[in-house]
Amino acid sequence: MDNGLTRALRQLGAQFNSRIWRLGFAARFFLAIMLHSGTSLRRIHLTIREIYFTGVLSLIIILVSGLFVGMVLGLQGYDTLARYGSTEALGVLVALSLVRELGPVVAALLFASRAGSAITAEIGMMKATEQLSAMEMMAVDPIARVVAPRFWGGVISMPLLAALFSAMGVFGGYLVGVQLIGVDEGSFWAQMQASVDFREDILNGVIKSFVFGIIVSWVAVFEGYDAEPTAEGVSGATTRTVVTSSLAILAADFVLTAFMFTGT
Amino acid sequence: MSRTTLDLWVGFFVAVGLGALLFLALKVGNLASTSSGETYPIYAKFDNIGGLKVRGAVKSAGVVVGRVTEIRFDPEAYLGVVTIQVDARYKFPRDTFATINTSGLLGEQYIGFEVGGDTAMLKAGDTIKKTQSAVVLEKLISQFMFNKAAEDDGGKK
Repeated sequence: MDNGLTRALRQLGAQFNSRIWRLGFAARFFLAIMLHSGTSLRRIHLTIREIYFTGVLSLIIILVSGLFVGMVLGLQGYDTLARYGSTEALGVLVALSLVRELGPVVAALLFASRAGSAITAEIGMMKATEQLSAMEMMAVDPIARVVAPRFWGGVISMPLLAALFSAMGVFGGYLVGVQLIGVDEGSFWAQMQASVDFREDILNGVIKSFVFGIIVSWVAVFEGYDAEPTAEGVSGATTRTVVTSSLAILAADFVLTAFMFTGT
Repeated sequence: MSRTTLDLWVGFFVAVGLGALLFLALKVGNLASTSSGETYPIYAKFDNIGGLKVRGAVKSAGVVVGRVTEIRFDPEAYLGVVTIQVDARYKFPRDTFATINTSGLLGEQYIGFEVGGDTAMLKAGDTIKKTQSAVVLEKLISQFMFNKAAEDDGGKK
């Protein structure tokens, strides 16, 4: 009984310890990426290749999801606004919710599961098949050659994908609201432009998506690099990437929103 | 995949992404309409600003002529002081009357300028003297109720 209790406590302590250890390692890893990112910027084709894999190949899922999210917002928003007789505000509702929140957050969540998991799996497999060690043997730094380009590819892709998501969503809201339901087109756009501020809303959304890009890319490359070099370890790391980065995105979104949109 | 097609796709992706950002800035946001204009500050003191917010519109004859940039409390006069940035293209007489209005029944509150007849114009940093506070719905209702009650009493006597 007493023995079981101490064992449980010991396990808890060990788990806590290893979490802290991983966090410290992740921070040091982030610093290493920063220090080695000069190479990935000088040999720009490495980063461009990663933008292709993370950004261009995520285009379809981002565009289609953005369109559908915007269309759902249009339908639901119209339903609620119609009760208050202010359906002209549909444009404002769709645009603000997309630009401020849904665009950055949903795009980042999709990005984490579409591209983040792929990055982790790729780096994890490289580690499992000892390609990373082979690089070190050839005096090629794997962080500069493999990790940093993937990190920067993700960071650059994310704001562009979020902007595309928002733009597509606004278009979806326009399709449903104006073309399908018949909200007045002029007031849809005019009210939207009157209430959406470039600096307050759009730029803050871009900053959000940039931060999410850093979070997702960092978690993805770290989990890959830290994965146990077995097939099981890689699959575990891929799962952890999606879970950790999704939670981190939502938590960071709360903090950023608290800073950005409660100033008045 | 050869490198040139890959570059093409990435270039396409970046161009489309920036295009989306431009679309958001110009079509969805208000970058095109407000950024370029020069403005000058004017102050207005209100007994009660109601639900007025920073970035609220300032309208004259229904046209947006400026924005509310700051709202603070004057601890000596116990008044709300609103800083308004007025578009430099427009000048208003010194006896302009500033009122806080509501667009629609539940809509956002904005400041309306009703232009007076003074020949002297408001300069940067001037304070508007004649203001009308926001209408507080509760006060309006209670006033109405008291009036009704008073009328009923009179009828009985």
